[in-house]
Amino acid sequence: MLLPTALYSRLAGAPGAAEPLPVERNPAAGAAPFLFTPRLVRFPRDHEFFEDGDVQRHLYLQDMLTQVSETPEKSMVPEFTCQVAGCCQVFAALEDYQHHYHMSHGNTCSLCSRAFPSGHLLDVHILEWHDSLFQILAQRQDMYQCLVEGCPEKFRTSQDRKDHMVRLHLYPADFRFDKPKTNRGPAMPAAADPPARALKDDSDAMEICSEPAAPPPCRRTYSHSCLPGAIFHSCLDIGL
Amino acid sequence: MWSRRQGRLSTLACGVEELRCRRREREAALRKARREQQLVSKRLLREDAPEEAGGQSAAVLLGEAEVQQFLRLAQRGTDEKEREKALVSLRRGLQHPETQQTFIRLEGSMRTLVGLLTSNRALLQLEAARCLHELSHSEQSAVAEACLPATSYLLTYLSGHSSEFIELCLYTLGNLIVESEAVRKQLLPQGIVPALVACIQSPHVAVLEALGYALSQLLQSKEAPEKIIPSLLDSSLLQHMLRLMQPGPKLNLGVAVEFAWCLHYIICSQVNNAMLLSHGALPTLAMLLLDMAGAAQRMDDAGLELLACPVFRCLSNLLTEVPVEAMGEQMELRDERIVAALFILLQFFLQKQPTLLSEGLWLLNNLTANSPTLCTSLLSLDLIEPLLQLLPLSNVISVLVLTVLCNIVEKGPAYCQRLWPGPLLSCLLNTLVLSDIEVVGQSLELLQLLFLYQPEAAQAFLQQSGLQALERHQEETQLRDRILALQQTAIHG
Repeated sequence: MLLPTALYSRLAGAPGAAEPLPVERNPAAGAAPFLFTPRLVRFPRDHEFFEDGDVQRHLYLQDMLTQVSETPEKSMVPEFTCQVAGCCQVFAALEDYQHHYHMSHGNTCSLCSRAFPSGHLLDVHILEWHDSLFQILAQRQDMYQCLVEGCPEKFRTSQDRKDHMVRLHLYPADFRFDKPKTNRGPAMPAAADPPARALKDDSDAMEICSEPAAPPPCRRTYSHSCLPGAIFHSCLDIGL
Repeated sequence: MWSRRQGRLSTLACGVEELRCRRREREAALRKARREQQLVSKRLLREDAPEEAGGQSAAVLLGEAEVQQFLRLAQRGTDEKEREKALVSLRRGLQHPETQQTFIRLEGSMRTLVGLLTSNRALLQLEAARCLHELSHSEQSAVAEACLPATSYLLTYLSGHSSEFIELCLYTLGNLIVESEAVRKQLLPQGIVPALVACIQSPHVAVLEALGYALSQLLQSKEAPEKIIPSLLDSSLLQHMLRLMQPGPKLNLGVAVEFAWCLHYIICSQVNNAMLLSHGALPTLAMLLLDMAGAAQRMDDAGLELLACPVFRCLSNLLTEVPVEAMGEQMELRDERIVAALFILLQFFLQKQPTLLSEGLWLLNNLTANSPTLCTSLLSLDLIEPLLQLLPLSNVISVLVLTVLCNIVEKGPAYCQRLWPGPLLSCLLNTLVLSDIEVVGQSLELLQLLFLYQPEAAQAFLQQSGLQALERHQEETQLRDRILALQQTAIHG
C-alpha cells in the first residue's frame, strides 16, 4: 500500500480538522431494494471477528508467562552484609538484598522494631500499640479499624474486628497480621525452652492489635546467634 | 519492555523452522480453544515445554516422602542455606503436575508453605512465593483452590515495596484468578480492588505489567460484568489505568498493552461506558493511536501490534457509545491526523501483522460513518487510492473497504465529485467478478450511490461492460433485486 508522502508530515504537524464538504443526500439513496446506511458497528467480546487478535494475545501471554516462571538471573556480587544496625545478614545477590531490605527493614516500627508488609499495617500497628490516646479513646468508642484497605468499618475490640474480617472479608481466622498483642517488649534474650510448636503456631508474626491482657511468659528462642533481640523478635519461628 | 526476557529463544534447542512449526501448532490449538469458549482456561496459558528448554527448570517428580522432607527441612532446618535449597528442590518438583497433586493431598503442606511465605526470612519468603507460583500454573482447579489460604497474604503484600516479590504475587494471583471461580469469589471481599489501587501507584514497570496481567485475567472472567467491573469503576483504578496509557516519555509499551486489554474488556461489558467517556478515555486512546503511528514511522516498533489490537478495539467500540449529539464536541475525532495515523499503521501492519488490517478498517468505518469531517479528510489527504489497494486482500477486507467508501459516497455529490474520474469504477468492476455475496452486495450498494450522485459514472460503467459483470450474479437471490435496479438505472438513467 503506497501512501502519499505528505501523510507523514501531516502526522507530525499540528492538530486540525478539515472543513467538511457539504452533505447533500438524495432520498433515493439506500432506498429499497438497496440497504446501505452508514452505521457504527459494535462487536461483543466473543465475536469471531476478534478471533485472530485474541489468538495473538494468547500466544504473547504464553511466552510471557513461560519467561516469568523461569528464575531470573541474579546479579551476583561479592558477599556483603546488611548495613542496617543490628542486622548481620549476608547477601551475594542484589535482588535478594533488595527483597530482604524491603521486607525486614522497610516498614519497621521505630519503637519496637517489628517489621510489617506494608505502610498501612505499620500505621495501624503504631496507632494501636504505641498511641496512648488510642487506648483512652478505645474505651469509649469504636477504634479498631478493619485491616482491609478501603473498608470503613471500626470496632470496639480487636476480637470484633477479627470476626468482621473473617465473616465479611473471608480472611483466615489465624491471619498472621492480626494477632493479639503480647507484652514481650522489645529486647528479649534467648529464653529457656524451645516452644513445643507443631506446624501451626506462628504467634510472633507481625502482630498488630493490642489487647489489655496479662502478658504471657516469654517463650522466644533465638537460634540465630547473629540476631540481637532488638531487631528480630518478630522472627516468625516456625520451629526456631 | 522485555529487556529481562530476551534470553528466551536461546534456551530452546530447536531451529527456526521448528519454532515456526511449533507456533503454528500453538495457534491452531488456541483457535480451537477460542471457538469452544475455552480461551480463558489456563491450560493454554503457558507454553508446554519445560523439558525442551533443558537444564535449569526440569520438572522433577517427587514422592510424598520427599515432599514432606523438603517441607520439614525448609521449615525447621538450622542452616538458612539448607532451608532455601530445600524450597528450591520443592519448587522444581512442583513443576510436575503429579507432584502438585501429592503436595495438596499432604496434610498441613499449604499451611507450612503459607507460613514460609509470611516469615520474615526474605529468601525463604521468595522461594515459598515461587513454589506457590508453580502451583498456580496447574491446570487442575483443585490445585488452584488449594492455594486459597494464601490469597489474603498475596493481597496484603501488594501494598509492600519489594518489587520482585510483588511481581511474583501478582502473576500468581493472575494465574489463580483464571483457573478458579472459587478464588475469584474470595478475592473481591478480601479487598483485591483496593489492593490493586495501592499497588498501581508503584513506579516499577515490571510490577505494573504484572498488575495489568492479573487485572486483565480478572476482567476476562465470565462474571466480571456483574461482579467485578462495577466495583472497579467505583474505585480510582480507571483513572490510574488511563494515566498509564498516556503517550509521552514515560509510556511503557508492556504496561500499556496490559491496560489496553483491560480497557477492552471493560468497554465490551458495557457496564458504564459513559463513565469512561467522561474520564477522557477517547482522547487518551486517540493520542495513543497517533503515538503508535509515530513509532511505526520511526521503526521503533517492537511489539507495536500487541498494543494496536486492543487500542483499535477500544476506540472502535467506545465510539459506538458516544451519543450522536456529542460527536461534534470530540475534537480528537475530527482531527485529520487520526486518519493519517490509522493509514500509517495499516500500511505497517500489512507487512507485519495482516490480521490486524480488518480491525483497523473496522475502526475506520466507525470513524467515518457519521463524520463528514473525516470523510473529507480521506479525500483531501489522498487516501482513497491506498484504500483501494487493500481490496484484493480478502473478502472480509473487501467488504470493509467498500463500506468505508460507501460512507464517503453516501454524503452526496460534493464527495462523489472528488472521486471522479478515478480508479474507483475499475476497482468495482473487479470486485463484481468475485463470487462472495457480501463483497458483491456491498459493491452494488456503492454503485447505486455513485450512479445517483455522479451520473457520468453510470455511462462509463456501461461502456466498460458493466452490464455483463452484473448479469453474472442475476440468479443470486440476495442480489437479484439490486442488480435489476442497477441495470435499469444504468440503461435509463
